[in-house]
Amino acid sequence: MCGIVGLFLKNPELEPALGTLLSGMLATMTERGPDSAGFAVYGPDTVGVKLTLRGADSEMLREAVQALSAHLGGETQTVMRDTHAVLVIDPARMDEAKAWLAHHRPEIDLVGFGRRMEIFKETGLPASVAARFDLAGMAGTHGIGHTRMATESAVTTNGAHPFSTGADECLVHNGSLSNPNDLRRRLEREGLRFATRNDTEVAAGYLTWRMREGASLAEALEAGLSDLDGFYTFVVGTRTGFAVLRDPIACKPAVMAETDDYVAFGSEYRVLVGLPGIDAARVFEPEPAKVYAWERH
Amino acid sequence: MPAFDLHERPLRELNRALHALRTDTNETLWRVANPDGRHSIAVGLDAPVTVEIGGNAGYYCGGMNKQATVIVHGSAGVGVAENMMSGAVHVHGDASQSAGATAHGGLLAIYGNAGSRCGISMKGIDIVVRGSIGHLSAFMAQAGTLTVLGDAGEALGDSLYEARLYIRGTVKSLGADCIEKPMRDEHRAQVYAKLEAAGLAGEVDPAEFRRYGSARQLYHFHVDNAGAY
Repeated sequence: MCGIVGLFLKNPELEPALGTLLSGMLATMTERGPDSAGFAVYGPDTVGVKLTLRGADSEMLREAVQALSAHLGGETQTVMRDTHAVLVIDPARMDEAKAWLAHHRPEIDLVGFGRRMEIFKETGLPASVAARFDLAGMAGTHGIGHTRMATESAVTTNGAHPFSTGADECLVHNGSLSNPNDLRRRLEREGLRFATRNDTEVAAGYLTWRMREGASLAEALEAGLSDLDGFYTFVVGTRTGFAVLRDPIACKPAVMAETDDYVAFGSEYRVLVGLPGIDAARVFEPEPAKVYAWERH
Repeated sequence: MPAFDLHERPLRELNRALHALRTDTNETLWRVANPDGRHSIAVGLDAPVTVEIGGNAGYYCGGMNKQATVIVHGSAGVGVAENMMSGAVHVHGDASQSAGATAHGGLLAIYGNAGSRCGISMKGIDIVVRGSIGHLSAFMAQAGTLTVLGDAGEALGDSLYEARLYIRGTVKSLGADCIEKPMRDEHRAQVYAKLEAAGLAGEVDPAEFRRYGSARQLYHFHVDNAGAY
């Protein structure tokens, strides 16, 4: 069992409240996932590329970020949040920064990167994870989150969602895939690289691959219906998009609410109760095997 | 008339108070405010009382009900009225998956749509849905009736036993061993009686429904069916 949440704002006036709303939704899902939690927030656009880095502790991470900045030279902006750091660098030096990290600080993980997306995840109760990173203080246009109840593998930060395999792309998943190993091999032949043995990372990689080949987010998910086998409810974020897909059997719960101001997703209706204007929202369960996608224009 | 605000008092207190009711209680109408999708509201009741829930309920609302009438003025989550024995549960919005699962008796009336697996393994309950129902509804249904004014999703009545399924709209597909059967007067009378019980008599003509039931080919093992297992 896991809990997943998502919020996609249509009304810019709500953007300063995104983090507050999302942290409330995440905390409500504690009963579905008390072991670890994570979230991605799509904040302000940058001219550079944002790297979200994670270390075992903040001191080790601070040292690594300073060393990387010194190596890259020039001005780099860094925001430290507990065990995570968001570093803005010149997009042209992205590969160099990745290679430097892998060689000189292999203990530091690159959690995600992109112009707008920042990802934070840790073990612990969802409310405390949200508080450690000050989710409530974050602004943005959309965000997704996950609370994990580990049933088949260890409670580690690496097993926590969201998973990101491409720029500004991330995915949270409730369920389990039955063909991740075969799919991972196929995607590796296409040049994708995976950081874990987790099935959800394979699903994220699959969508990254489809979109790299020219598909829209909705088209990538549509294709996933025939290529991804198993149980899933996915919530996916891209730089400008937000999408939901349930497998054709649809065992994993999902409830959505839509108003003129936002689209919201929760594993259970309880997640949506605190949202503004929920009493007048169109509340519905997404249908099995049907792609729901929204784009910001 | 007891009123219970779930913003003010915990759900356990409500359920404990309802469980303590004797069958001859004078407190026969309970109003519950601010349910906020909480799970297990008004479960395990065993007294002829009415509980009105002013909003959306979470999982298992009215589950294991005996004698009581539970009215949800909103939508209900997974497993509404699951394992009900008698009494009634009314849902004025939509119901999520597994509505009325395994229930032995009573009436479940859903005035919106129901999700997948509606009436899964039902054992005698009467379910009436004003809207449509999702896939795999009445899976392994054993007894009772499922009356649907709208459409049914894929694999209706898969591995069905003796439940009767009346569907007014389209059926996307029938599950294994589920077949259409002729509607006779007794069936039209039964549909009318169920609609009447749900307060929907006169809304539609019972003659517009089609009946589905078990072909009875699967439920005792027969070597000719080996391929179907």
